[in-house]
This record gives sequence, C-alpha cells and structure tokens, in this order.
Amino acid sequence: MEKTPQTEPRQSWTFSKDVNAEIRRAAATGIYDIRGGGAKRRVPHFDDLLFMGASMSRYPLEGYREKCDTSVTLGTRFAKKPIELKIPVTIAGMSFGSLSGPAKEALGRGATLAGTSTTTGDGGMTEEERGHSEKLVYQYLPSRYGMNPDDLRRADAIEIVVGQGAKPGGGGMLLGQKITERVAGMRDLPVGIDQRSACRHPDWTGPDDLEIKILEIREITNWEKPIYIKIGGARPYYDTALAVKSGADVVVLDGMQGGTAATQDVFIEHVGQPTLACIRPAVQALQDLGMHRKVQLVVSGGIRTGADVAKALALGADAVSIGTAALIALGDNDPKWESEYQKLGTTTGAYDDWHEGRDPAGITTQDPELMKRLDPVAAGRRLQNYLNVLTLECQTLARACGHNHVHNLEPEDLCALTMEAAAMAQVPLAGTNWYPGKPGF
Amino acid sequence: MTNTLDMTQTELRDINTTLQAAAKGQANEKYIITNPRGSHAMACGLDGPLDVTIQGSTGYYCAGMNKEAAITVKGSAGPGVAENMMSGTVTIEGDASQYAGATGHGGLLNIKGNASSRCGISMKGIDIVVHGNIGHMSAFMAQKGNLVVLGNAGDALGDSLYEARLFVRGAVKSLGADCIEKEMRPEHIEILKELLEKAGADAKPEEFKRYGSARKLYNFNIDHADEY
Repeated sequence: MEKTPQTEPRQSWTFSKDVNAEIRRAAATGIYDIRGGGAKRRVPHFDDLLFMGASMSRYPLEGYREKCDTSVTLGTRFAKKPIELKIPVTIAGMSFGSLSGPAKEALGRGATLAGTSTTTGDGGMTEEERGHSEKLVYQYLPSRYGMNPDDLRRADAIEIVVGQGAKPGGGGMLLGQKITERVAGMRDLPVGIDQRSACRHPDWTGPDDLEIKILEIREITNWEKPIYIKIGGARPYYDTALAVKSGADVVVLDGMQGGTAATQDVFIEHVGQPTLACIRPAVQALQDLGMHRKVQLVVSGGIRTGADVAKALALGADAVSIGTAALIALGDNDPKWESEYQKLGTTTGAYDDWHEGRDPAGITTQDPELMKRLDPVAAGRRLQNYLNVLTLECQTLARACGHNHVHNLEPEDLCALTMEAAAMAQVPLAGTNWYPGKPGF
Repeated sequence: MTNTLDMTQTELRDINTTLQAAAKGQANEKYIITNPRGSHAMACGLDGPLDVTIQGSTGYYCAGMNKEAAITVKGSAGPGVAENMMSGTVTIEGDASQYAGATGHGGLLNIKGNASSRCGISMKGIDIVVHGNIGHMSAFMAQKGNLVVLGNAGDALGDSLYEARLFVRGAVKSLGADCIEKEMRPEHIEILKELLEKAGADAKPEEFKRYGSARKLYNFNIDHADEY
C-alpha cells in the first residue's frame, strides 16, 4: 500500500537546536554562559569586500621586484619616542593570568622576530613578556592590577583601556581556578578567588578627566611614551573624537569580533558593532578633526589574513592588531588535541572555555603540566611566520593596486559584495558606483 | 638647604622634572612649591626620598604613583591624590576630593580634613588615615591595606570589599555589598595604634569599629545574585 505523504519534521528557525540547548542549560544551572573569544555570529566582515586591482586606470607594481613599504610609526602626536614598527600588525593585549607565562613569552618572541609590538593585559607586566618583547605596550586598565611606575617607565608605550570589542561597557572576570599564587600575588588578591576587573576606571570619569589622567602619565614618564586609548566598537565616531580630545597619540578600536578571556556570552554576542562598521566613522572623526595620520588608528577584531589587514588599512587604519589569530598561530584549538577537546565536551575550533584553565594546548591555563605543552620558542617562531605571511599578503594586494606603501591603500581600491558591507565600509557595491547612504543618491 | 619653586615662574613640566631628578638623586632634599593654584599632576612619579611641601591647594592626581617621597599639601587636594602610591607619605592639611589614594599599593596617605566619595577605591596595600569624614562608596573593591576614619563614613562603605581593613570611629551610613562589621582583635588594635601614631591622630584604637569582607562574593554563587 502506498504510504501517505507526510510533513517532514520541521525544526524552528527561532527555537533552533542551539537555542533550545542553551535554554536547557540555563534551566539546569541558573547561571549565564561565560566563555572566551569574540562574537561567533555571522556579521558583515572584510570577506564582504574585494580589491579591484589595477588594469588600465591604475598601474600595478611588480610583485617580486618593486618595493612596497610596510613600516608604521605610532605615537607621533606628542610622544618624544614614537614606536617604529616594521609591519602594520601588532599583538593585542592579553593578560598574564588568562594566558600562561610561556604563552606570553611566545607572543613576545614572535612579535619581536617580526618587528612589531606586543601588549600586556590585565594583571601587570611579566618578566617573560618584557624580556622577550623588544617593543612592549603596557595596558593601563580599570583594575590597575600590578600597576606600578617602574613598569610604566620600562614600557615602550602605554595603552589606556576604556573598552574592548567583545564587551564595550563591561569588566572582566578571571575565575578562581586560574588564580595561582603567582597570579594572585601580582594582583594583590588571595589565591583561588574570582577576580573581577572593573568596567570603569577608579579615578576618572569622562574625557575631561581622562585628559588630566593622560597629563599625569606623561609627567611620570617624561612625555616619552606614546599614549594609546583603546575603545570598544560602541559609538566609533564620537568615541574616537573624544579620545583625540583627551590627548591620545593613538586610538585602538576593537570591533565586536575582538576576543576576551572571559565574559558572558550574551555580552559578547549582543553588545558592540562589527569591526567593519567601526572603521569609517572613526576615520571620519579623525579627518573632521584634521588628525588622520597624526593620531594613528589601530583596528582590531577578527583580523585573520593579509587581506583583512589590507582592507582595514584601505579603509583608513594605520595598523591592525591581532589577538585570537595570534593564539591560533601559537597552537590554540589545534586539531592535534581533538581527543582532549572532546573530553571537555567540545571540539577543535569551538573550544572557548578559556576561563576554566584546562586548555589542552597549554595556552589559556595556569596548570603547570598543561603549560609545559607549549614550547615558547617554537610557538614564537610560528607566530613570526604567521605575521610574515600577513605582511606578504598585504603587500601583494597593495602592489596589485599600484601602491608602494601599504598606507597608500584607499577606499577607492575596494568594492563590496553585499549591501550591508557597502553601507558599513562606504565603498560601492560591486558593479555600481553607489553605496547605501552615499550623498547625492 | 631648602629649594623653592614658584609656579608663577616655573612650568609644571619643569617642576616635575626637577622634583623627579632630585628624588632620584637620593639626597633627601627639601623643596617648597609656592603658588600651585590648583595645578594638576603635581609632584607625581617621584622615585626616591625627598621632602616636598606644596604651599596651597592642588588639582587632580597630586603625588600620583609616589615612591618614598614625603609630600605635604598645605591646602586641599583635588581628585585622585596619591593615586597608585607605592610608598612614602602624602599629607593633606585640608580636604581631599574623590578617589583619594585610589589603587594605592603602599605608603601612608594622611588626610587631616575630610575625604570625598570613593576614598581608597580599589586600594592594594596603602594605609589611609582620614581625620574627618569620608564620602559614599569609599573602599569600593578595596583589596589590601588599612583605611582609618576618625569621623563618619557615607553610604555603601566597603562595597565588594576584598581583604582591606576598614576602621571607623564615627557612624557608618550604610555598608556596601559583602561588607560586615568584624571583631576587633588585639592585632587590629596594634595596627590601628601604630597608624594613628604615624598620622598624628588624637584618637584611641578602642573607639573604632572594624569592618571587613564577609567573603561571600569571592567566588560567583548564584544564590548571592541579589547582592550584585
């Protein structure tokens, strides 16, 4: 007998398997999900842009012969000693505490070999990092864990962290399981307790105060160090303008794909703007103030390839910064640890419970046995290789567009594949001379 | 020999350069700064023994990140006085504005008048003695060190406190989350006695109550969500 056709079981788009699983997890535990990393949702990104390259109207440079400069100077506005980098890619701030000592050493080694800077994080400056980083940016955070004038003076630049892309408006939390004696000692707190990092600075509120805070830091450091202000991708036009008003030498702008060591998933996925949407308003603010290229703009949040680097620069950034990609280059989420990821209830590429301190790759942990898995020399070399590839790719694209310096990349080199990307990047939709919001249309 | 620097004649940059060099020289020289006119970031970043007297009131972040130097303000101090101090002594003859001694790691901040809100916020080992009253949210997230108040304390004292010890002689308007009154044991009387002597405060340790952390918020627990 012929079977009666039946309706296929239909899953709800709204109540998908992932959503239902999270509802069940919340119902069972009563606690929101905390994780590391940045936004995992699909948002318009650099993939949605293309370079048009040179042909009749543009003249390309020879790939293997003609020079394409990649050097960057950060901190030319007020600092007596700006930072000179060989490449337009820096290593973003990641704390000792969330990362192991060898991981911080590896970041310093890799960055130094590639001719760029690395950055401390919440929790202070470690000897591993200072010793292996030719150029080290010292973060000045709301918690002020480990903050002291000696480290301030032996830094090469100072980054005042107002926010970060993963959680604009949020503080941090380093859970007790990662608070070893050394981490606790550096933070002046007991071993094993959860360490909250405040969301606001303790001794200033607003740009007028910040201007005076910057004056103090400059006075303490003899006006030598470039002062960066790091902001999350919230209101990039006004936040950038106010950072300039406050006296920044450099603005670091971190979009929502930028990572964190640990924050609520709801914060990571629902607060902040995509990196792509942040760059043009920030550049516009600098241009309106006559400060573009005088106050340098460093963009971070989801930079993975030389194409991402080149596109960020074309939109007006002076440099980019990488965090998550640098950890992957060191060995984070490596398939060779798949069986161990599975024991933790996850899989390669998805492991994000960095706050639990059980990282099979030995990077986001303070467990002495797990830490041994990361060889800082070999990992540093991998990071150097990766940074070199980013640079070579960026140069390749710049030459194809006819530029002898990566800073000569410009929005006119780009087109967009989607309406959303066209609107955010303010470059024409491919095949048109139009983007949403373009004046005159 | 006492050196005098007049801020009507000398720029802030030159004042701080002179003081920082003198502190580094380890000669324990004496400096008097006249006409400060509320300038910001005065005598900050000193790193060595030096005796500095500022004849008047100062703006933000006076004596910021001080190490070893003894700095006296013969007037009142603006926000963030002695912020992140590491060691040494800072004395304010008048009142102190918000965030006095914020994140300080060591040394003594001695405020002869009152201190405004958030005094000792996030303190990490500094000792602060306030001869008058302190404002609201003082010792917020205070980690280490001692805050001694001869007068009264405002709302939400010691909110989200860690291991800092708070001693208050007068009334406390309210305690913040996880801050409780604690037993004053002999070792606390000793600490207090020493601090009162160092600060030249006319008070007896027995007149104070001690406040500290209940330590219920040290590790996240959903049952304490109402406290956040």
